[in-house]
Amino acid sequence: MGWPEQVHRSLCAAGVRIVGYVPDAGHKRLIELCRADKTMRAVVLTTEEEGIGLAAGACLGRQNSVLLMQSSGVGNLVNVLGMVQVCRFPLVMIITMRGEQGEFNPWQVPMGRATPRVLETMGVAVRRASDAREVAPLVAAAYKGGQATAVLISQSVIGIKSFQEQRTQ
Amino acid sequence: MELLRDRKNLLVVAGLGSTAWDITAAGDSPLSFPTWGAMGQAAMMGLGLALAQPRRRVLVVTGDGEMLMGLGALATIGVQRPANLSVVVIDNERYGETGMQTTHTAHDVDLAAVARACGFKESKIVTRKNQIGPLRSLIHEKRGPLFAQIKVKAERLPLVLPPHDGVVLKERFRAALLADVLPEKL
Repeated sequence: MGWPEQVHRSLCAAGVRIVGYVPDAGHKRLIELCRADKTMRAVVLTTEEEGIGLAAGACLGRQNSVLLMQSSGVGNLVNVLGMVQVCRFPLVMIITMRGEQGEFNPWQVPMGRATPRVLETMGVAVRRASDAREVAPLVAAAYKGGQATAVLISQSVIGIKSFQEQRTQ
Repeated sequence: MELLRDRKNLLVVAGLGSTAWDITAAGDSPLSFPTWGAMGQAAMMGLGLALAQPRRRVLVVTGDGEMLMGLGALATIGVQRPANLSVVVIDNERYGETGMQTTHTAHDVDLAAVARACGFKESKIVTRKNQIGPLRSLIHEKRGPLFAQIKVKAERLPLVLPPHDGVVLKERFRAALLADVLPEKL
């Protein structure tokens, strides 16, 4: 079982019913699994920021949710993470990293580099998975922690090394 | 606030500023969530709530400035087509909290048309008081998602402030929902 299948299992075990996402290549398989899962509602977002409102509303409605995004989307979250902090919404985000070693697109580098600090600055606990086996346990732990948590999946785990490779995913 | 008369089991999210004061003036309730920030997110919070509680009617009441900051949400909601969600924009064509500067709707941007184009089943502009009663019925009964843009005068109405402790607002909402659900389960 690959990490997407393991994470999907962890999400099911945590009772996650609402999945907000802006698609990215690294999350392709997990998005497919969530979309195919009849117990889950996968909500495609026009911007990652919408996922925060979605998760907050789900929490008010007593439902667990997850947000799937790429590190480039983290910059779109900043102001609304203020609400997450003030209201103590137990947000869980799974973030595929770009701009790290092996990155082919220099425009990904600034936000990739800034992602952990931006999240920490806005009061989100940051957990790093540098190996495929670490991802699902970190996600499971995030649902027990009771605080807003981002699980960052290192680019080396995703393994996309070129634009061509990304397009044939 | 005519819209909230006889609100029964309606779940309400209000965008920041005068819409948050307005729903409070109509009678604060644990099942109202007034926001004091997160501008642009009111409609998405309504979506999350509507998807989490499909058997409840959900109403988002917000201002034109707040809706404009999260315009993409109308597309996201349109794709999901939640039958139990209504989004109502109280459009005074102003940024009320920052000095009454005009918003895009003062310059003919038509939010109801945007909502319709995004897939809202019902989308209308309301300009007369006698249209509010029928709108209220739609909010409670009609299969949505529903969008309404209520054109109002830009004026300063008396301020009634809701609680601003976000944790209190969240917990009272969640507890009230649980209390509502339990009797059904008995």
